[in-house]
Amino acid sequence: MRKSIRERESRTGLSRRRFFNSVASGAAEAAILTVPGAVAAEAAVGQAADGNMVKTVLDINGRSHSLSVEPRWTLLYVLRDRLGLMGTKASCERGECGACTVLIDGAARYACMTLAVEATGAEITTVEGLMRGEELGPVQQAFVEEDAFQCGHCTSGQVVSVEALLRKTPQPSIEQIREGVSGNVCRCGAYANIFRAVQKAAELRKGGR
Amino acid sequence: MLSQFSYQRAASIKEAAEAASRPDVRILAGGTDLLGCLRNQVLQANRLVSLNGLSALKGIRQGPGGGLRLGALTTLTEIAEHRQILDSYSVLAQAAASVGSPQLRNQGTLGGNLCQRPRCWYFRGDFKCRRKGGDTCFAEGGDSQLHCIFGGASCYMVHPSDTAPALVALDAKVSITGRRGTRLVPLSSFFVLPADSLVKETVLQPGEIVTEILLDPPQPGARSAYRKVRERGAFDFALAGAAIVVAMAEGKVRTARVVLSGVAPVPWRSTDAEKTIIGKPLDAAVAVAAAAAAVKGASPLADNGYKVPLVRGILEETLTALAA
Ligand SMILES: Cc1cc2nc3c(=O)[nH]c(=O)nc-3n(C[C@H](O)[C@H](O)[C@H](O)COP(=O)(O)OP(=O)(O)OC[C@H]3O[C@@H](n4cnc5c(N)ncnc54)[C@H](O)[C@@H]3O)c2cc1C
Ligand code: FES
Ligand code: FES
Repeated sequence: MRKSIRERESRTGLSRRRFFNSVASGAAEAAILTVPGAVAAEAAVGQAADGNMVKTVLDINGRSHSLSVEPRWTLLYVLRDRLGLMGTKASCERGECGACTVLIDGAARYACMTLAVEATGAEITTVEGLMRGEELGPVQQAFVEEDAFQCGHCTSGQVVSVEALLRKTPQPSIEQIREGVSGNVCRCGAYANIFRAVQKAAELRKGGR
Repeated sequence: MLSQFSYQRAASIKEAAEAASRPDVRILAGGTDLLGCLRNQVLQANRLVSLNGLSALKGIRQGPGGGLRLGALTTLTEIAEHRQILDSYSVLAQAAASVGSPQLRNQGTLGGNLCQRPRCWYFRGDFKCRRKGGDTCFAEGGDSQLHCIFGGASCYMVHPSDTAPALVALDAKVSITGRRGTRLVPLSSFFVLPADSLVKETVLQPGEIVTEILLDPPQPGARSAYRKVRERGAFDFALAGAAIVVAMAEGKVRTARVVLSGVAPVPWRSTDAEKTIIGKPLDAAVAVAAAAAAVKGASPLADNGYKVPLVRGILEETLTALAA
Protein backbone atom coordinates (compact mmCIF):
# COMPACT_ATOMS: atom_id res chain seq x y z
CA MET A 1 0.00 0.00 0.00
CA ARG A 2 2.79 2.40 0.90
CA LYS A 3 4.35 1.68 -2.43
CA SER A 4 1.22 2.58 -4.30
CA ILE A 5 0.97 5.88 -2.47
CA ARG A 6 4.49 6.69 -3.44
CA GLU A 7 3.96 5.66 -7.01
CA ARG A 8 0.90 7.77 -7.20
CA GLU A 9 2.59 10.77 -5.69
CA SER A 10 5.54 10.57 -8.00
CA ARG A 11 3.09 10.56 -10.87
CA THR A 12 1.17 13.59 -9.69
CA GLY A 13 4.27 15.53 -8.72
CA LEU A 14 3.41 17.61 -5.69
CA SER A 15 1.32 15.59 -3.30
CA ARG A 16 -1.21 17.02 -0.93
CA ARG A 17 0.90 15.90 1.98
CA ARG A 18 4.12 17.23 0.65
CA PHE A 19 2.32 20.52 0.19
CA PHE A 20 0.96 20.22 3.70
CA ASN A 21 4.37 19.50 5.10
CA SER A 22 6.02 22.32 3.27
CA VAL A 23 3.50 24.93 4.39
CA ALA A 24 3.71 23.70 7.95
CA SER A 25 7.45 23.62 8.13
CA GLY A 26 7.63 27.39 8.53
CA ALA A 27 6.77 26.88 12.15
CA ALA A 28 8.46 23.54 12.30
CA GLU A 29 11.98 22.30 12.25
CA ALA A 30 13.82 23.75 9.23
CA ALA A 31 13.73 21.65 6.09
CA ILE A 32 11.87 18.40 5.96
CA LEU A 33 13.88 16.14 3.78
CA THR A 34 11.66 13.69 2.03
CA VAL A 35 13.69 10.77 0.86
CA PRO A 36 11.15 8.08 -0.01
CA GLY A 37 11.98 4.75 1.48
CA ALA A 38 15.44 5.53 2.73
CA VAL A 39 15.55 5.42 6.49
CA ALA A 40 18.85 5.11 8.23
CA ALA A 41 17.47 3.00 11.03
CA GLU A 42 20.82 2.22 12.57
CA ALA A 43 22.80 5.12 13.95
CA ALA A 44 19.86 7.42 13.37
CA VAL A 45 19.69 8.44 17.01
CA GLY A 46 22.66 10.50 18.10
CA GLN A 47 23.12 13.16 20.72
CA ALA A 48 23.51 16.44 18.89
CA ALA A 49 26.31 18.78 19.87
CA ASP A 50 23.99 21.62 20.82
CA GLY A 51 22.64 20.79 24.24
CA ASN A 52 19.81 18.39 24.53
CA MET A 53 18.64 18.07 20.94
CA VAL A 54 18.88 14.68 19.31
CA LYS A 55 19.18 14.26 15.55
CA THR A 56 16.75 11.72 14.27
CA VAL A 57 15.08 10.37 11.17
CA LEU A 58 11.41 9.44 11.35
CA ASP A 59 9.73 7.31 8.69
CA ILE A 60 6.19 8.64 8.50
CA ASN A 61 3.71 7.52 5.87
CA GLY A 62 6.51 6.24 3.68
CA ARG A 63 8.65 9.36 3.84
CA SER A 64 11.79 10.05 5.80
CA HIS A 65 11.85 13.16 7.93
CA SER A 66 15.22 14.30 9.25
CA LEU A 67 14.88 16.54 12.26
CA SER A 68 16.28 17.35 15.66
CA VAL A 69 14.08 16.58 18.62
CA GLU A 70 14.20 17.09 22.34
CA PRO A 71 14.07 13.72 24.12
CA ARG A 72 10.96 14.85 25.99
CA TRP A 73 8.97 15.46 22.82
CA THR A 74 6.30 12.88 22.26
CA LEU A 75 5.62 11.51 18.81
CA LEU A 76 2.24 13.27 19.04
CA TYR A 77 3.90 16.65 19.56
CA VAL A 78 6.33 16.09 16.70
CA LEU A 79 3.61 14.97 14.30
CA ARG A 80 1.34 17.91 15.00
CA ASP A 81 3.53 20.78 16.08
CA ARG A 82 6.75 20.07 14.19
CA LEU A 83 5.58 18.33 11.03
CA GLY A 84 2.11 19.82 10.67
CA LEU A 85 0.43 16.43 10.42
CA MET A 86 -2.71 17.56 12.22
CA GLY A 87 -4.80 14.47 11.46
CA THR A 88 -3.56 12.84 14.65
CA LYS A 89 -5.51 14.45 17.50
CA ALA A 90 -4.37 15.43 20.98
CA SER A 91 -6.76 15.09 23.91
CA CYS A 92 -5.83 13.53 27.24
CA GLU A 93 -2.11 13.07 26.50
CA ARG A 94 -2.10 10.33 29.12
CA GLY A 95 -3.00 7.20 27.20
CA GLU A 96 -6.62 7.40 28.28
CA CYS A 97 -8.61 8.27 25.15
CA GLY A 98 -7.11 7.04 21.87
CA ALA A 99 -7.40 10.29 19.86
CA CYS A 100 -3.66 10.12 19.11
CA THR A 101 -3.61 6.54 17.78
CA VAL A 102 -1.01 5.85 15.08
CA LEU A 103 0.44 2.66 13.63
CA ILE A 104 4.00 1.88 14.60
CA ASP A 105 5.34 -1.04 12.60
CA GLY A 106 1.72 -1.90 11.89
CA ALA A 107 0.55 -1.97 15.53
CA ALA A 108 -1.83 0.66 16.94
CA ARG A 109 -0.19 2.71 19.66
CA TYR A 110 -0.71 6.00 21.45
CA ALA A 111 1.52 8.72 20.01
CA CYS A 112 1.12 10.70 23.26
CA MET A 113 2.78 7.89 25.22
CA THR A 114 5.62 7.35 22.76
CA LEU A 115 8.73 9.52 22.73
CA ALA A 116 9.66 10.65 19.22
CA VAL A 117 13.27 9.46 19.73
CA GLU A 118 11.93 6.01 20.50
CA ALA A 119 10.07 5.86 17.17
CA THR A 120 13.29 6.21 15.20
CA GLY A 121 13.72 3.38 12.73
CA ALA A 122 10.08 2.32 12.95
CA GLU A 123 7.50 2.61 10.20
CA ILE A 124 4.95 5.18 11.40
CA THR A 125 1.53 5.52 9.77
CA THR A 126 -0.89 8.30 10.64
CA VAL A 127 -4.44 8.80 9.42
CA GLU A 128 -3.03 10.87 6.52
CA GLY A 129 -1.09 7.79 5.44
CA LEU A 130 -4.33 5.84 5.02
CA MET A 131 -5.31 7.94 2.02
CA ARG A 132 -5.11 6.29 -1.38
CA GLY A 133 -3.37 9.15 -3.11
CA GLU A 134 -5.95 11.94 -3.17
CA GLU A 135 -8.82 9.57 -2.40
CA LEU A 136 -10.09 8.22 0.88
CA GLY A 137 -8.91 4.78 1.92
CA PRO A 138 -11.54 2.08 2.58
CA VAL A 139 -11.79 2.70 6.33
CA GLN A 140 -12.08 6.46 5.88
CA GLN A 141 -14.66 5.96 3.11
CA ALA A 142 -16.68 3.61 5.33
CA PHE A 143 -16.72 6.14 8.20
CA VAL A 144 -18.12 8.78 5.83
CA GLU A 145 -20.69 6.43 4.32
CA GLU A 146 -21.91 5.15 7.69
CA ASP A 147 -21.89 8.60 9.31
CA ALA A 148 -19.63 7.21 12.03
CA PHE A 149 -18.91 10.47 13.81
CA GLN A 150 -20.51 13.55 15.27
CA CYS A 151 -17.91 16.11 16.37
CA GLY A 152 -15.16 14.10 14.67
CA HIS A 153 -12.51 14.55 17.31
CA CYS A 154 -12.07 10.85 17.99
CA THR A 155 -12.44 9.87 14.35
CA SER A 156 -8.86 9.74 13.11
CA GLY A 157 -7.88 7.61 16.12
CA GLN A 158 -10.85 5.31 15.48
CA VAL A 159 -9.93 5.02 11.79
CA VAL A 160 -6.34 4.07 12.60
CA SER A 161 -7.47 1.48 15.16
CA VAL A 162 -9.88 -0.01 12.65
CA GLU A 163 -7.11 -0.17 10.05
CA ALA A 164 -4.97 -2.12 12.55
CA LEU A 165 -7.89 -4.40 13.38
CA LEU A 166 -8.72 -5.21 9.74
CA ARG A 167 -5.10 -5.86 8.80
CA LYS A 168 -5.01 -8.56 11.47
CA THR A 169 -8.64 -9.71 11.29
CA PRO A 170 -10.11 -8.94 7.84
CA GLN A 171 -13.60 -10.25 8.76
CA PRO A 172 -14.08 -9.36 12.43
CA SER A 173 -17.03 -10.48 14.53
CA ILE A 174 -18.96 -7.83 16.47
CA GLU A 175 -17.02 -8.79 19.62
CA GLN A 176 -13.73 -8.39 17.77
CA ILE A 177 -14.90 -5.00 16.49
CA ARG A 178 -15.81 -3.84 20.00
CA GLU A 179 -12.46 -5.03 21.28
CA GLY A 180 -10.65 -3.48 18.32
CA VAL A 181 -11.91 0.04 19.07
CA SER A 182 -12.00 -0.37 22.85
CA GLY A 183 -8.91 1.82 23.17
CA ASN A 184 -10.69 4.75 21.53
CA VAL A 185 -13.24 6.74 23.47
CA CYS A 186 -16.00 8.56 21.60
CA ARG A 187 -17.57 11.22 23.80
CA CYS A 188 -20.35 11.79 21.28
CA GLY A 189 -21.31 8.13 21.57
CA ALA A 190 -21.23 7.34 17.87
CA TYR A 191 -20.39 3.73 18.64
CA ALA A 192 -23.29 2.07 16.81
CA ASN A 193 -22.32 3.80 13.57
CA ILE A 194 -18.63 3.16 14.19
CA PHE A 195 -19.32 -0.57 14.49
CA ARG A 196 -21.30 -0.46 11.23
CA ALA A 197 -18.48 1.45 9.56
CA VAL A 198 -16.04 -1.29 10.53
CA GLN A 199 -18.26 -3.89 8.86
CA LYS A 200 -18.55 -1.66 5.81
CA ALA A 201 -14.79 -1.14 5.71
CA ALA A 202 -14.26 -4.89 5.83
CA GLU A 203 -16.53 -5.24 2.79
CA LEU A 204 -14.81 -2.42 0.91
CA ARG A 205 -11.42 -3.97 1.58
CA LYS A 206 -12.64 -7.35 0.42
CA GLY A 207 -13.87 -5.71 -2.74
CA GLY A 208 -10.29 -4.61 -3.37
CA ARG A 209 -10.73 -0.96 -2.46
CA MET B 1 5.10 19.33 27.71
CA LEU B 2 7.14 17.05 29.93
CA SER B 3 10.03 18.48 31.95
CA GLN B 4 13.46 18.35 30.36
CA PHE B 5 15.45 15.15 30.49
CA SER B 6 18.23 13.62 28.46
CA TYR B 7 17.96 10.28 26.72
CA GLN B 8 20.23 7.30 26.57
CA ARG B 9 19.53 4.17 24.56
CA ALA B 10 21.42 1.48 26.45
CA ALA B 11 23.63 -0.74 24.31
CA SER B 12 23.89 -3.46 26.96
CA ILE B 13 22.10 -4.56 30.12
CA LYS B 14 25.24 -3.64 32.04
CA GLU B 15 25.19 -0.11 30.62
CA ALA B 16 21.52 0.25 31.53
CA ALA B 17 22.17 -0.99 35.08
CA GLU B 18 25.12 1.42 35.51
CA ALA B 19 23.08 4.37 34.24
CA ALA B 20 19.94 3.54 36.21
CA SER B 21 21.76 3.25 39.52
CA ARG B 22 21.74 7.05 39.76
CA PRO B 23 18.67 8.35 41.60
CA ASP B 24 17.75 10.91 38.92
CA VAL B 25 17.66 8.33 36.13
CA ARG B 26 14.55 6.31 35.17
CA ILE B 27 14.26 3.17 33.11
CA LEU B 28 12.06 3.41 30.00
CA ALA B 29 10.37 0.36 28.47
CA GLY B 30 6.99 0.89 26.75
CA GLY B 31 6.55 4.20 28.56
CA THR B 32 2.81 3.81 29.14
CA ASP B 33 3.22 4.17 32.89
CA LEU B 34 6.43 6.18 33.12
CA LEU B 35 5.37 8.99 30.79
CA GLY B 36 2.10 9.36 32.70
CA CYS B 37 4.04 9.63 35.98
CA LEU B 38 6.36 12.24 34.48
CA ARG B 39 3.49 14.21 32.99
CA ASN B 40 1.64 14.27 36.31
CA GLN B 41 4.92 15.09 38.07
CA VAL B 42 4.59 12.09 40.32
CA LEU B 43 8.16 11.22 39.34
CA GLN B 44 11.07 13.39 38.27
CA ALA B 45 13.85 12.38 35.88
CA ASN B 46 16.97 14.08 34.58
CA ARG B 47 17.65 11.20 32.23
CA LEU B 48 15.75 8.29 30.77
CA VAL B 49 17.64 5.16 29.91
CA SER B 50 15.78 3.19 27.27
CA LEU B 51 15.89 -0.59 27.24
CA ASN B 52 14.38 -0.78 23.77
CA GLY B 53 17.65 -1.40 21.94
CA LEU B 54 18.29 -4.56 23.95
CA SER B 55 17.20 -7.53 21.83
CA ALA B 56 18.22 -9.92 24.65
CA LEU B 57 15.18 -8.64 26.58
CA LYS B 58 12.72 -9.18 23.74
CA GLY B 59 10.50 -12.11 22.94
CA ILE B 60 9.52 -15.49 24.31
CA ARG B 61 11.96 -18.39 24.44
CA GLN B 62 11.66 -22.05 25.40
CA GLY B 63 12.86 -22.78 28.92
CA PRO B 64 14.30 -26.00 30.30
CA GLY B 65 11.97 -29.02 30.37
CA GLY B 66 9.06 -27.33 28.58
CA GLY B 67 8.88 -24.07 30.53
CA LEU B 68 9.03 -20.58 29.02
CA ARG B 69 11.33 -17.59 29.39
CA LEU B 70 9.58 -14.29 28.82
CA GLY B 71 11.85 -11.34 28.05
CA ALA B 72 11.06 -8.22 30.08
CA LEU B 73 10.32 -6.26 26.89
CA THR B 74 7.79 -8.78 25.60
CA THR B 75 4.60 -6.82 24.94
CA LEU B 76 1.34 -7.74 26.59
CA THR B 77 -0.16 -8.36 23.13
CA GLU B 78 2.55 -10.92 22.38
CA ILE B 79 1.79 -12.67 25.65
CA ALA B 80 -1.98 -12.60 25.18
CA GLU B 81 -1.67 -14.13 21.68
CA HIS B 82 1.13 -16.65 22.22
CA ARG B 83 -0.10 -20.15 21.36
CA GLN B 84 1.73 -21.97 24.15
CA ILE B 85 0.70 -19.41 26.77
CA LEU B 86 -2.93 -19.63 25.64
CA ASP B 87 -2.80 -23.42 25.87
CA SER B 88 -0.70 -24.04 28.98
CA TYR B 89 -0.77 -20.83 31.03
CA SER B 90 -4.24 -19.44 30.26
CA VAL B 91 -4.24 -17.43 33.50
CA LEU B 92 -1.38 -15.32 32.12
CA ALA B 93 -2.86 -14.94 28.62
CA GLN B 94 -6.16 -13.81 30.15
CA ALA B 95 -4.45 -11.40 32.54
CA ALA B 96 -2.38 -9.82 29.75
CA ALA B 97 -5.49 -9.53 27.54
CA SER B 98 -7.32 -7.68 30.32
CA VAL B 99 -4.82 -4.82 30.59
CA GLY B 100 -5.94 -1.36 29.46
CA SER B 101 -6.65 -1.28 25.73
CA PRO B 102 -5.24 -2.77 22.51
CA GLN B 103 -2.89 0.19 22.09
CA LEU B 104 -1.61 -0.07 25.67
CA ARG B 105 -1.03 -3.80 25.24
CA ASN B 106 0.85 -3.21 21.97
CA GLN B 107 3.32 -0.93 23.69
CA GLY B 108 3.18 -1.98 27.35
CA THR B 109 5.77 -4.57 28.32
CA LEU B 110 5.70 -7.37 30.86
CA GLY B 111 8.64 -5.88 32.81
CA GLY B 112 6.93 -2.49 32.90
CA ASN B 113 3.69 -4.10 33.98
CA LEU B 114 5.39 -5.64 37.03
CA CYS B 115 7.32 -2.45 37.88
CA GLN B 116 4.51 0.09 37.30
CA ARG B 117 3.80 2.59 40.05
CA PRO B 118 0.57 2.69 42.10
CA ARG B 119 -2.60 4.10 40.59
CA CYS B 120 -3.95 5.49 43.88
CA TRP B 121 -5.61 8.81 42.99
CA TYR B 122 -3.82 10.59 45.82
CA PHE B 123 -0.43 9.24 44.74
CA ARG B 124 -1.12 10.26 41.12
CA GLY B 125 -2.65 13.57 42.13
CA ASP B 126 -1.35 16.66 43.83
CA PHE B 127 -1.04 15.09 47.28
CA LYS B 128 2.18 14.65 49.17
CA CYS B 129 1.27 11.24 50.54
CA ARG B 130 3.52 8.87 52.47
CA ARG B 131 4.62 7.15 49.28
CA LYS B 132 5.87 10.51 48.02
CA GLY B 133 7.74 11.35 51.23
CA GLY B 134 4.82 12.98 53.07
CA ASP B 135 3.35 11.95 56.40
CA THR B 136 -0.28 11.17 55.50
CA CYS B 137 -2.17 8.48 53.65
CA PHE B 138 -5.11 10.49 52.35
CA ALA B 139 -7.18 7.35 51.76
CA GLU B 140 -7.39 6.85 55.54
CA GLY B 141 -9.77 9.75 56.00
CA GLY B 142 -10.62 10.43 52.36
CA ASP B 143 -12.12 8.66 49.36
CA SER B 144 -11.20 5.00 49.59
CA GLN B 145 -13.44 3.27 47.03
CA LEU B 146 -10.51 1.85 45.12
CA HIS B 147 -8.17 1.09 48.01
CA CYS B 148 -7.12 -2.12 49.72
CA ILE B 149 -8.95 -4.47 52.05
CA PHE B 150 -5.87 -6.58 52.86
CA GLY B 151 -2.27 -5.75 53.77
CA GLY B 152 -2.69 -2.01 54.31
CA ALA B 153 -0.69 -0.20 56.99
CA SER B 154 0.26 3.46 56.69
CA CYS B 155 -0.57 3.21 52.97
CA TYR B 156 -3.68 1.63 51.45
CA MET B 157 -2.86 1.44 47.73
CA VAL B 158 -3.71 -1.61 45.68
CA HIS B 159 -1.18 -3.12 43.33
CA PRO B 160 -2.33 -2.19 39.81
CA SER B 161 -0.80 -5.04 37.79
CA ASP B 162 -2.94 -7.76 36.19
CA THR B 163 -0.04 -9.96 35.13
CA ALA B 164 1.56 -9.98 38.61
CA PRO B 165 -1.19 -12.06 40.31
CA ALA B 166 -1.18 -14.47 37.35
CA LEU B 167 2.59 -14.90 37.58
CA VAL B 168 2.48 -15.38 41.36
CA ALA B 169 -0.20 -18.03 40.84
CA LEU B 170 2.09 -19.75 38.33
CA ASP B 171 4.96 -19.55 40.83
CA ALA B 172 7.07 -17.73 38.23
CA LYS B 173 10.55 -16.42 38.93
CA VAL B 174 12.01 -13.12 37.90
CA SER B 175 15.60 -12.69 36.79
CA ILE B 176 17.12 -9.39 37.90
CA THR B 177 20.41 -7.89 36.78
CA GLY B 178 22.21 -5.08 38.56
CA ARG B 179 25.73 -3.72 38.62
CA ARG B 180 26.82 -6.51 40.93
CA GLY B 181 25.35 -9.39 38.98
CA THR B 182 22.20 -11.37 38.45
CA ARG B 183 19.76 -12.84 40.96
CA LEU B 184 16.64 -14.96 40.65
CA VAL B 185 13.66 -14.04 42.83
CA PRO B 186 10.34 -15.90 43.09
CA LEU B 187 7.63 -13.50 42.01
CA SER B 188 5.88 -14.20 45.31
CA SER B 189 8.75 -12.36 47.10
CA PHE B 190 9.23 -9.65 44.46
CA PHE B 191 6.60 -7.23 45.78
CA VAL B 192 6.87 -5.46 49.15
CA LEU B 193 4.12 -4.47 51.55
CA PRO B 194 3.88 -0.94 52.97
CA ALA B 195 4.99 -2.40 56.31
CA ASP B 196 8.36 -3.14 54.67
CA SER B 197 8.71 -0.05 52.50
CA LEU B 198 6.63 3.04 51.97
CA VAL B 199 8.57 4.27 48.96
CA LYS B 200 8.87 1.30 46.66
CA GLU B 201 6.64 -1.58 45.61
CA THR B 202 9.30 -4.15 44.64
CA VAL B 203 12.58 -5.52 45.98
CA LEU B 204 14.48 -3.88 43.10
CA GLN B 205 17.54 -1.93 44.24
CA PRO B 206 18.60 1.22 42.36
CA GLY B 207 19.93 0.19 38.95
CA GLU B 208 18.48 -3.30 39.05
CA ILE B 209 16.67 -4.33 35.89
CA VAL B 210 14.13 -7.06 35.35
CA THR B 211 15.46 -9.07 32.42
CA GLU B 212 13.31 -12.21 32.24
CA ILE B 213 10.35 -13.96 33.79
CA LEU B 214 10.71 -17.72 34.04
CA LEU B 215 7.76 -20.11 33.91
CA ASP B 216 8.10 -23.72 35.05
CA PRO B 217 6.71 -26.39 32.75
CA PRO B 218 2.94 -26.68 33.27
CA GLN B 219 1.94 -29.24 35.91
CA PRO B 220 0.06 -32.32 34.73
CA GLY B 221 -3.69 -31.77 35.02
CA ALA B 222 -3.28 -28.01 35.39
CA ARG B 223 -6.19 -25.61 34.80
CA SER B 224 -6.06 -21.89 35.30
CA ALA B 225 -8.00 -18.67 34.86
CA TYR B 226 -7.86 -14.93 35.56
CA ARG B 227 -11.07 -13.10 36.34
CA LYS B 228 -11.04 -9.31 36.55
CA VAL B 229 -13.93 -7.08 37.54
CA ARG B 230 -13.71 -3.43 36.56
CA GLU B 231 -16.03 -0.47 36.33
CA ARG B 232 -15.96 -0.37 32.54
CA GLY B 233 -15.03 -3.00 30.00
CA ALA B 234 -11.82 -1.41 28.77
CA PHE B 235 -9.20 1.10 29.89
CA ASP B 236 -9.62 0.14 33.50
CA PHE B 237 -7.80 -1.39 36.42
CA ALA B 238 -9.26 -4.20 38.56
CA LEU B 239 -11.74 -3.34 41.28
CA ALA B 240 -10.95 -6.90 42.29
CA GLY B 241 -9.80 -10.02 40.53
CA ALA B 242 -8.47 -13.51 41.00
CA ALA B 243 -5.74 -15.57 39.39
CA ILE B 244 -6.25 -19.26 40.04
CA VAL B 245 -4.09 -22.23 39.10
CA VAL B 246 -5.11 -25.74 40.14
CA ALA B 247 -3.68 -29.13 39.24
CA MET B 248 -6.15 -32.02 39.30
CA ALA B 249 -5.42 -35.69 39.90
CA GLU B 250 -8.05 -38.42 40.06
CA GLY B 251 -10.88 -35.92 40.27
CA LYS B 252 -9.38 -34.03 43.20
CA VAL B 253 -7.37 -30.84 43.54
CA ARG B 254 -3.74 -31.81 44.04
CA THR B 255 -2.19 -28.32 44.20
CA ALA B 256 -3.75 -24.86 44.14
CA ARG B 257 -2.70 -21.24 44.06
CA VAL B 258 -5.25 -18.49 44.60
CA VAL B 259 -3.98 -14.93 44.17
CA LEU B 260 -6.20 -11.84 44.35
CA SER B 261 -5.74 -8.58 42.45
CA GLY B 262 -7.09 -5.12 43.20
CA VAL B 263 -7.45 -5.73 46.92
CA ALA B 264 -3.97 -5.36 48.47
CA PRO B 265 -0.72 -3.42 47.98
CA VAL B 266 0.80 -6.61 46.53
CA PRO B 267 -0.72 -9.54 44.60
CA TRP B 268 -2.54 -11.17 47.54
CA ARG B 269 -2.10 -14.89 47.91
CA SER B 270 -4.86 -16.56 49.92
CA THR B 271 -3.37 -19.70 51.45
CA ASP B 272 -6.64 -20.13 53.42
CA ALA B 273 -8.57 -20.48 50.18
CA GLU B 274 -5.92 -22.84 48.81
CA LYS B 275 -6.10 -25.08 51.91
CA THR B 276 -9.87 -25.25 51.54
CA ILE B 277 -9.72 -26.73 48.06
CA ILE B 278 -6.61 -28.94 48.14
CA GLY B 279 -7.52 -32.62 48.39
CA LYS B 280 -11.18 -32.01 47.51
CA PRO B 281 -13.11 -32.41 44.31
CA LEU B 282 -13.71 -29.02 42.70
CA ASP B 283 -17.45 -28.47 43.14
CA ALA B 284 -19.86 -25.68 44.06
CA ALA B 285 -19.70 -26.38 47.81
CA VAL B 286 -15.91 -26.27 47.84
CA ALA B 287 -15.95 -23.07 45.77
CA VAL B 288 -18.28 -21.39 48.28
CA ALA B 289 -16.11 -22.50 51.21
CA ALA B 290 -12.92 -21.31 49.54
CA ALA B 291 -14.47 -17.92 48.74
CA ALA B 292 -15.53 -17.52 52.38
CA ALA B 293 -12.05 -18.50 53.57
CA ALA B 294 -10.42 -15.96 51.25
CA VAL B 295 -12.19 -12.94 52.75
CA LYS B 296 -11.63 -13.91 56.38
CA GLY B 297 -9.50 -11.17 57.87
CA ALA B 298 -10.42 -8.53 55.29
CA SER B 299 -10.43 -5.03 56.78
CA PRO B 300 -12.20 -2.59 54.48
CA LEU B 301 -11.87 1.19 54.74
CA ALA B 302 -14.84 3.58 54.82
CA ASP B 303 -15.79 3.26 51.12
CA ASN B 304 -14.59 -0.12 49.88
CA GLY B 305 -16.63 -2.65 51.85
CA TYR B 306 -18.16 -3.76 48.54
CA LYS B 307 -14.88 -5.48 47.69
CA VAL B 308 -15.55 -8.22 50.27
CA PRO B 309 -18.67 -9.69 48.59
CA LEU B 310 -17.10 -8.91 45.22
CA VAL B 311 -14.08 -11.11 45.98
CA ARG B 312 -16.37 -13.88 47.22
CA GLY B 313 -18.44 -13.73 44.06
CA ILE B 314 -15.37 -13.71 41.82
CA LEU B 315 -13.91 -16.76 43.57
CA GLU B 316 -17.17 -18.72 43.62
CA GLU B 317 -17.70 -18.05 39.93
CA THR B 318 -14.16 -18.69 38.78
CA LEU B 319 -13.62 -21.87 40.81
CA THR B 320 -16.95 -23.23 39.60
CA ALA B 321 -16.01 -22.42 36.00
CA LEU B 322 -12.67 -24.21 36.45
CA ALA B 323 -14.53 -27.29 37.75
CA ALA B 324 -16.47 -27.65 34.52
C1 LIG C 1 -5.23 4.37 30.71
C2 LIG C 1 -4.36 3.29 31.25
C3 LIG C 1 -4.92 2.08 31.63
C4 LIG C 1 -4.12 1.05 32.13
N1 LIG C 1 -4.71 -0.11 32.51
C5 LIG C 1 -3.96 -1.09 33.05
C6 LIG C 1 -4.57 -2.30 33.48
O1 LIG C 1 -5.76 -2.50 33.33
N2 LIG C 1 -3.78 -3.25 34.06
C7 LIG C 1 -2.44 -3.08 34.23
O2 LIG C 1 -1.78 -3.99 34.75
N3 LIG C 1 -1.83 -1.94 33.82
C8 LIG C 1 -2.54 -0.94 33.22
N4 LIG C 1 -1.94 0.22 32.81
C9 LIG C 1 -0.53 0.45 33.13
C10 LIG C 1 0.50 0.19 32.04
O3 LIG C 1 0.04 0.56 30.78
C11 LIG C 1 0.92 -1.26 31.98
O4 LIG C 1 1.20 -1.71 33.27
C12 LIG C 1 2.13 -1.52 31.10
O5 LIG C 1 2.37 -2.91 31.03
C13 LIG C 1 3.41 -0.87 31.61
O6 LIG C 1 4.49 -1.30 30.81
P1 LIG C 1 5.46 -0.27 30.05
O7 LIG C 1 6.45 -1.09 29.31
O8 LIG C 1 4.71 0.71 29.29
O9 LIG C 1 6.15 0.41 31.32
P2 LIG C 1 6.98 1.76 31.47
O10 LIG C 1 6.06 2.90 31.57
O11 LIG C 1 8.06 1.83 30.46
O12 LIG C 1 7.64 1.46 32.89
C14 LIG C 1 6.85 1.38 34.08
C15 LIG C 1 7.78 1.44 35.30
O13 LIG C 1 8.59 0.28 35.39
C16 LIG C 1 9.97 0.58 35.27
N5 LIG C 1 10.50 -0.47 34.40
C17 LIG C 1 10.05 -0.79 33.15
N6 LIG C 1 10.70 -1.88 32.69
C18 LIG C 1 11.57 -2.26 33.66
C19 LIG C 1 12.52 -3.32 33.78
N7 LIG C 1 12.68 -4.23 32.78
N8 LIG C 1 13.26 -3.41 34.91
C20 LIG C 1 13.09 -2.52 35.90
N9 LIG C 1 12.21 -1.49 35.86
C21 LIG C 1 11.45 -1.35 34.75
C22 LIG C 1 10.04 1.98 34.72
O14 LIG C 1 11.18 2.67 35.16
C23 LIG C 1 8.76 2.61 35.24
O15 LIG C 1 8.91 3.09 36.53
C24 LIG C 1 -2.71 1.25 32.27
C25 LIG C 1 -2.15 2.45 31.86
C26 LIG C 1 -2.94 3.47 31.35
C27 LIG C 1 -2.31 4.74 30.92
S1 FES D 1 -4.19 11.87 23.52
FE1 FES D 1 -3.13 9.98 23.49
S2 FES D 1 -4.55 8.62 24.37
FE2 FES D 1 -5.53 10.54 24.65
S1 FES E 1 -17.41 11.84 17.23
FE1 FES E 1 -17.19 13.24 18.87
S2 FES E 1 -15.87 12.15 20.19
FE2 FES E 1 -16.34 10.65 18.74
